[in-house]
Amino acid sequence: MSVSQHDWSLHRKGQIDQERHKEKIREAIKKNLQEIVSEESIILSDGKKTVRVPIRSLEEYRFRYDPGRQAHAGQGDGKSRVGDVIAQEPRAGRGKKGEAGKDPGYDYYEAEISMEELSELIFEDLELPNLEQKRQQELQTDAVRFTDIRKHGPLTNLDKKRTILENMKRNATKGEPRFKDIKNEDLRFKVWEPTIRYESNAVVIAMMDVSGSMGEFEKYIARSFYFWMVRFLRTKYNNVHIVFISHHTEAKEVTEEEFFHKGESGGTQVSSAYELALQIIKERFNPHDWNIYPFHFSDGDNLPWDNDRCVQLVQQLIELCNIFGYGEIREGHYRSPSTLMSAYSRITDKKFVAVTISDKKEVYPALRKFFARRGDAVPAGR
Amino acid sequence: MADSDLERLRDRIGYAWEIAHEFGLDPFPTHFELVPATIMYEFASYSLPGRFSHWTHGKAYYRQKMLYDLGLSKIYEMVVNTNPSYAFLMEMNDLLQNTFVAAHVFGHTDFFKNNVYFQHTSRRMIERASLNAERIAKYEFDHGKLEVEHFLDAVLSIQEHVDYHLFLKGEDEAEEEEQLRRGEVSRTRPSTEYDDLWELDHEEKERRAEEERERRRGRPPKFPEKPQKDLLLFLIRHSPILEPWQRDVIEIVRQEFLYFVPQMQTKVMNEGWASIWHSRIMREMADRGMLSDAEAVEFARMHASVLSPSRTSLNPYYLGYKIFEDIERRWDNPTREEQERLGRKPGMGRQKIFEVRELDNDVSFLRNYLTKELVEELDLYLYKKEGDEWVIVEKNWEKVRDGIVASMTNFGFPYIVVDDGDYRGNRELYLRHLHEGQDLDMVYAEKTLQYVHQLWGRPVHLETVYDGKRILLSYDGERNSKTTLER
Repeated sequence: MSVSQHDWSLHRKGQIDQERHKEKIREAIKKNLQEIVSEESIILSDGKKTVRVPIRSLEEYRFRYDPGRQAHAGQGDGKSRVGDVIAQEPRAGRGKKGEAGKDPGYDYYEAEISMEELSELIFEDLELPNLEQKRQQELQTDAVRFTDIRKHGPLTNLDKKRTILENMKRNATKGEPRFKDIKNEDLRFKVWEPTIRYESNAVVIAMMDVSGSMGEFEKYIARSFYFWMVRFLRTKYNNVHIVFISHHTEAKEVTEEEFFHKGESGGTQVSSAYELALQIIKERFNPHDWNIYPFHFSDGDNLPWDNDRCVQLVQQLIELCNIFGYGEIREGHYRSPSTLMSAYSRITDKKFVAVTISDKKEVYPALRKFFARRGDAVPAGR
Repeated sequence: MADSDLERLRDRIGYAWEIAHEFGLDPFPTHFELVPATIMYEFASYSLPGRFSHWTHGKAYYRQKMLYDLGLSKIYEMVVNTNPSYAFLMEMNDLLQNTFVAAHVFGHTDFFKNNVYFQHTSRRMIERASLNAERIAKYEFDHGKLEVEHFLDAVLSIQEHVDYHLFLKGEDEAEEEEQLRRGEVSRTRPSTEYDDLWELDHEEKERRAEEERERRRGRPPKFPEKPQKDLLLFLIRHSPILEPWQRDVIEIVRQEFLYFVPQMQTKVMNEGWASIWHSRIMREMADRGMLSDAEAVEFARMHASVLSPSRTSLNPYYLGYKIFEDIERRWDNPTREEQERLGRKPGMGRQKIFEVRELDNDVSFLRNYLTKELVEELDLYLYKKEGDEWVIVEKNWEKVRDGIVASMTNFGFPYIVVDDGDYRGNRELYLRHLHEGQDLDMVYAEKTLQYVHQLWGRPVHLETVYDGKRILLSYDGERNSKTTLER
């Protein structure tokens, strides 16, 4: 018999296989982006750093008994009786992976992933289309980049990790590989250079129909789309302005918070939103200086006499903008295009992009359609 | 752990070892190693140190570690069935916790050494697992990591379908007999005076085989002759599409799984046995003044937490502990009736529990010793899903006992046999689930069939019963299908 203790610090087997597992999660997520992009728990998870993503392909299939039909054994406190309820299934259809024996329900594997990682996967090959270099380079960002390591420098730039490593190396040469007696010669400093990245100015004008005809589904789709759009813009571009406009028969500029959380009612007059957009562009975003991207989501249920006016306004907007995106949400019986959409079919300019969404799964393709890399795009000044 | 603490731990484990022997335990020599938490969770999720790489191990590791980081679960020890045995203790646990764990470990290593179901396990499994891992790593190098991974995905999905009774039947003998029948080897067994009797047996067999041939004249012989439980072995020997390295990978998975079978078959007994002895060894140490009063109290708290019951599962530590205690009590103080009718003498409790630990497995242990009184005292029940709720459906002690025993049969997995390796004369594989009242998970079964197809290369079928109907699930390489069979 013996009792011993060794150094395991270099042992990595578990981490390596865990990495492979993570990689498989990422692959699975990529394959399922369509579902994941409109996954309610993610859209409604505002501000959370990690989200849970249901993944079927990472289950370890085997011949097993149906857990829902099987009798399981448990132990009471001495007073249990036939008919006692000992556990409840979580919300139907969204089983959580229970701990062994704790929750024998139907379950599928849920991977935990950070919002950042998920966004990266979704936005991997998306960009702001037709971005041009504009006159006034307001978006130049002075990012600091650490470029070198030296033995001297201000203490605030001390590279602690490297310093500790140097110290351990030096001690190791004396046969004592550990961290102790730090000396000046161990110190390492990071050296940085200011770099200036030039970016083009961009503003996105997000318009959303909040009229009475926009039902739960329509609102949810518009919201999902903008949820990812805002995230996409903030992830990919250091500084993009976003203007939020919600409209029914009247349009008004609102805060992000109001845009996503407030519902209104009443009829629909789409032109009101476009007029406001034009006015905002005129007042604040000179097209010589700005790349401008208006997007509009609606169910297309517009006052019929307003449609021609809308077409005119869209054409005016296109003159000033890089692209104009229109998303129409049609569900169930209303799948045929609206009169508004029919009116828009007269617009032939390539800068006008329209999509129809009638299913949750179509949010991701819509994102891709609006923000896909375009072969003939003017190279962005970055 | 600081050096001085390590020294004290050594002393204490030494005492525990002596006390264990005084109690009559006979453990393998046991080496203890203190490891950091990450290593402990790695070993636990791979079930053995040094085992081959696969993402499912990584997944288990990640979950173990997460539960630990969130403070939801804690592993105290991990012990490997080898001779000498290796036990891993958590570096950060304190002296008392590790003493407690060591006492518990001696219960396990005694059980490994003496329980009859462990007699065929390799006692050098750590080396074997490492060699297996090296071989798999070499195949990854030769054939590509992804290729090996996909293959392992398929093999691991059916790893439970091995025949652990082949040891008892004598697998080699069966093989030899088969060769004999095919006339490949001559009889070389040493002759004994009973040879003529064996001969009779042989003649009888040949006569029956002849009859069978007569009955099936014109039809190809059945293949396999008798249903085979060892799906992995069947694939190794008869799959039409596997490369040698693939057959070897199946053999590795099979060999490692067979090694774990006795542990799965004796979970309740093994943990119960270890719990009985950790509590007695620790109490003895306290009585001899080796533990302070504060430590004795702290130990009682840990013991209670390890043995706490759960509403939705059976805690094997608690259940096993109570049954062993009950057996000892009943054999120490037999009733008048037991004394007269069964001839039991008082005071035989200790001897009886040692006998049980040697000869039983969980199924026989629960079947024989989970009494009406215990079921009632422990308030055991069966529960089922009804709508969205899990509801207690059974408290009758016999039905509860039988339900628990049934859930442990074939260590909780459906019993599936290879019925036909040449189904429809078309080299299709026909598997049959021996349905014993519990229906299969259909989604899982269909996906698993796809894996079986990957290993067999021709259409595969599984016959089972669902909602009282005999059905046949099939996968032909492109589509899953389901047909209802005639009764």
